[in-house]
Amino acid sequence: MANHNPFGDGFLTTTLDALTNWARANSLWPMPMGLSCCAIEMMAMAGPRYDVSRFGSEVFRFSPRQSDLMIVAGTVTYKMAHVVKKIWDQMPEPKWCIAMGACSSTGGMFRSYPVVQGIDQFIPVDVYVPGCPPRPDAVIHALMEIQEKIKKEKNTFRDALLSKDHFVDVKTQVEKEKLVLQR
Amino acid sequence: MIREIVAALQAKFGSAIRSVTEFRGETTLLVETSAIVDLCRSLKEEHGFNYCADICGADRFTEEERFEVIYNLTNLEKCLRLRLKVRVGEENPVVPSVTSVWRAANWHERETYDMYGIRFEGHPDLRRMYMPEDFEYYPLRKDFPLIGVPGSIPLPDIDERAQNKHAATRFNSGERI
Repeated sequence: MANHNPFGDGFLTTTLDALTNWARANSLWPMPMGLSCCAIEMMAMAGPRYDVSRFGSEVFRFSPRQSDLMIVAGTVTYKMAHVVKKIWDQMPEPKWCIAMGACSSTGGMFRSYPVVQGIDQFIPVDVYVPGCPPRPDAVIHALMEIQEKIKKEKNTFRDALLSKDHFVDVKTQVEKEKLVLQR
Repeated sequence: MIREIVAALQAKFGSAIRSVTEFRGETTLLVETSAIVDLCRSLKEEHGFNYCADICGADRFTEEERFEVIYNLTNLEKCLRLRLKVRVGEENPVVPSVTSVWRAANWHERETYDMYGIRFEGHPDLRRMYMPEDFEYYPLRKDFPLIGVPGSIPLPDIDERAQNKHAATRFNSGERI
């Protein structure tokens, strides 16, 4: 058998992007931001019948520090929007967001005083899922769309390493932490 | 059964009960505002209305006495229901609190205060129930617009990547979106 690999057996060559995209896409840990009836469908998605663990997302993390996908499932009121944003801010980059259902996408049937008319006003949404509430398979489809999106990402490492944001000097870091503490 | 109770109340409180209406088996008493606590205590202690199911408000905009507070009471042992109503004017909407009679009235009255701005005298902790505490309006009043006052509850800090962030900035500056 001809050995095409210059390093011998047990090695494979790939790009760092392909490897990280593969890992990220297949281990999306969702933050369940369940705010109303959509949350029930979201739970059904995680349950054995629809079984989102087939896509590597079975571990719903109730700590934002450990999750990289926020599923906003339900009606977001202006009062709750502050909580949603705070949890979004606590999630580490890279992170993605699914606006599940009509309410979180556009305000839905609640064109009234307490309801935010679409969460894309204050957090970036990657996939909007229509429905009231959407079926669990629709949410799985949204998850697959996000996986596709992640697989197409390019130069994440190069950009992260070369971007000026990455070279955090000590002074700005201290100031940032002070700001966080003040909140 | 309920008629006997109403007759007993009328004998005890006289003109404090302004009117009695019966519609489809539901009895409603319109009561003087000042007599509501005594009447509620009498209903609880003498007639067994041990469950204050709900207290809510109503805005009868353009009417003489603008606000109405409605008490839905239940006698759980005898399966009786009774509804009380009191009316207050627009200038100084104050109703005596019935928290000393039923502790459940605490949150019901807070909700009514939140939505209509009717204050309950003697309430231990009259804060807003649903809306943020610095909210300036009473949303279930008829003169409050359904879509609300843009910017009255500001959105949180906007993420730079949010697709619709311009709508949020417009909203925060008081524009309708």
